[in-house]
Amino acid sequence: MIRALLLWLAMAGAALAVQPDEILDDPVLEERARALSSDLRCLVCRNESIDESNAELARDLRLLVRERLVEGDTDDEVMEFIVARYGEYVLLSPPATGSTLILWFAGPAALLLGAGLAFAYARGRKSAPADSALSEAEEARVREILDD
Amino acid sequence: MVVELGHFALILAFVVAIVQMTLPLVGAWKGWRGWMAVAEPAATVQFFLLTYAFAALTYAFVTSDFSVRLVVANSHTLKPMLYKITGVWGNHEGSMLLWCLILAFFGALAAWFGGNLPDTLRARVLAVQASVGVAFLAFLIFTSNPFLRLANPPLDGRDLNPLLQDPGLAFHPPFLYVGYVGLSMAFSFAIAALIEGRVDAAWGRWVRPWTLLAWLNLTVGIALGSWWAYYELGWGGFWFWDPVENASFMPWLIAAALLHSAIVVEKREALKAWTILLAIFAFGFSLLGAFIVRSGVLTSVHAFANDPERGTYLLAITVLFVGGALTLYALRAGAMQAKGVFGLVSRESALVANNVLLAVACFVVFIGTIWPLIAEMIWDRKLSVGPPFFDAAFTPFMVALAILLPIGSILPWKRAKMERVMKPLWIALAVAFAVAALVWVAQTGRTLMAPIGALLGVWLVMGAMADLWTRTGRGGVGDKLRRVTRLPRADLGRVIAHAGFGITIFGIAALLAWEVEDIRVAQVGETYDVAGYAVTLEDVRDVQGPNYLSTMADIRMVRGDTDVLLSPEKRIYPVAGMPTTEAAIANGVFRDLYVVIGDPQEGGGFAVRTYIKPFANWIWAGCIIMAIGGIFSLTDRRFRVAAGARKAPVAGVPAE
Repeated sequence: MIRALLLWLAMAGAALAVQPDEILDDPVLEERARALSSDLRCLVCRNESIDESNAELARDLRLLVRERLVEGDTDDEVMEFIVARYGEYVLLSPPATGSTLILWFAGPAALLLGAGLAFAYARGRKSAPADSALSEAEEARVREILDD
Repeated sequence: MVVELGHFALILAFVVAIVQMTLPLVGAWKGWRGWMAVAEPAATVQFFLLTYAFAALTYAFVTSDFSVRLVVANSHTLKPMLYKITGVWGNHEGSMLLWCLILAFFGALAAWFGGNLPDTLRARVLAVQASVGVAFLAFLIFTSNPFLRLANPPLDGRDLNPLLQDPGLAFHPPFLYVGYVGLSMAFSFAIAALIEGRVDAAWGRWVRPWTLLAWLNLTVGIALGSWWAYYELGWGGFWFWDPVENASFMPWLIAAALLHSAIVVEKREALKAWTILLAIFAFGFSLLGAFIVRSGVLTSVHAFANDPERGTYLLAITVLFVGGALTLYALRAGAMQAKGVFGLVSRESALVANNVLLAVACFVVFIGTIWPLIAEMIWDRKLSVGPPFFDAAFTPFMVALAILLPIGSILPWKRAKMERVMKPLWIALAVAFAVAALVWVAQTGRTLMAPIGALLGVWLVMGAMADLWTRTGRGGVGDKLRRVTRLPRADLGRVIAHAGFGITIFGIAALLAWEVEDIRVAQVGETYDVAGYAVTLEDVRDVQGPNYLSTMADIRMVRGDTDVLLSPEKRIYPVAGMPTTEAAIANGVFRDLYVVIGDPQEGGGFAVRTYIKPFANWIWAGCIIMAIGGIFSLTDRRFRVAAGARKAPVAGVPAE
């Protein structure tokens, strides 16, 4: 278990990712390939994109992405192609479908909730009675003492 | 012998912590001064015992005592001395001992410098701190004991993971731990206040220095980790939204929010219940972080250990403390009454807005981090939440915060008129837009990221200057400059820290927007051009290190007056059987030159990656500046005068 961990960490340390022989000749396509690669997860690594990892599978996926781009697929078609073969686990940005919508909306929803609560609180404090720390009997006593 | 004594000291510390947890609490409840007074000596003794235990473990590592199982698993006779020492905390058990030591250290600090606290509060704070200590010492002794021995010591150890044999990573854990664990003090103060049933302005003042100390160390720890990743991992990435990174970032965000809301409690006696809740969550996220890192429940680059048993124990500790705290909060929060009154446009409101933004940002990071777990448990979907999500979801909050910050820091308390507030800021805004426009024009046809980063960075730094301007009263520039040195350190700290934040934002935007990368196969002796630099691969040779074998390249980069020779390496550590890449970096104020040597290619050359990274060091410089601001705030007079001041014995006046 520890060995596997160390081996895996080793790959992280020696990450040399994109090799010179993978780079496409067309710079525009290469740019697209790099962008798409950074959104795809390396499936045998622990939390790295295929653009960063130097695992064999990562290299295969990088080549696959470039192959599809050279064949003329659009960015969406390439992603669909890969997801169809590897499952949605491979996407580093979870697609906003079904239950994942909760994830995407959680932030804005929490912000609205938080802002609403804060606003209500601040409005409350605006007109809160500057509180008198003394009760009526104490007020009377104070007046008595001051009149002396 | 030393190691056995260390083990014994550890167990003794556990017992002392149990005593420190129970007696003072009962004493505070019943009003028994004797029992309350047990807290301070107990805290001191616990600290010294754990210091000895830690020293004993360090001794075992330094002398390569291979009868200790931990030393065998993590050390080697050939390892350089620095890494023999830092290897003590480069593993689960040792780092857990460091955690307990720092817990005890903060308890001892509260005992030594908490003279100005009321007796019952001090007793309760130390008792709660000890309860956290008991839980973790129990975890340490029963599931992760660093002092376990081997009956047949081997001749040599299995060496420390080569990735950890590095100065940046060597110092990253201690700073991070002072941060994480320091937040336990804020937690203890919160729980003690809830038990007492009273939160007032004085409490706000007492809790702040502890939170500051923890926050500034956490800032340095995170910056060190990020800088390490930058130079070690071979392509200059500095943040990956990895679960373990998020585990350290969430407490940082909450601690920052806590720092700001404690100000409102201290100055205006409002936001009390919220501040207590933040203090509970700050440490709660630290505990959760410990669980995430050490249980292996989330796949991560960093995972220390994948032990479900330890994971369960840590989860139990987290649930116990956070659950208990929140229950106490639900019962007692009603007793806290806000006193301050403030308008919608006021410093209080700005601080509320700051808290909302930071808290929701933290929530977004949290939900993104645990989403894969939730999705798998509830909907049976295996999915990933990676940098694209976090970048998209988190960045808007930081942008909003940066926009509000300079305005908020100038707003007066209670009520404000926006026209008066904005007067010193118009110049800052104008300069910020001018610089952003300049950046937009100077960079040809790239994204908006750099201009926006420049806008926010300049706005923040100039806003900090404007803050200083308004704080130094009336008169000409000369008068103002003279008054700057006499400003309370809290003001200087605020200005410095906010400026540091601006610098970091600019650094991140500039690096991401303007980075240049070149990947190619280079032959020895070949020269090629990268962004105006003439790069030559001069030589590749084999070099022997203390515990590794290296392939070192000599690469020269020349442009105009700049002529640097960089020596990147690919190393193999034979004992661990692991290769690592050592990038060569020419650090500069305005750019880093970053070169990595790859594998030899068929056809004779080597794969070489060359990077130009503009303003990279501004990221970590900004973090260090934020920490320096924290130090200024920490040494403010109002903390120094009160801290440690024993009540002077009142001299009796003879009757006349």
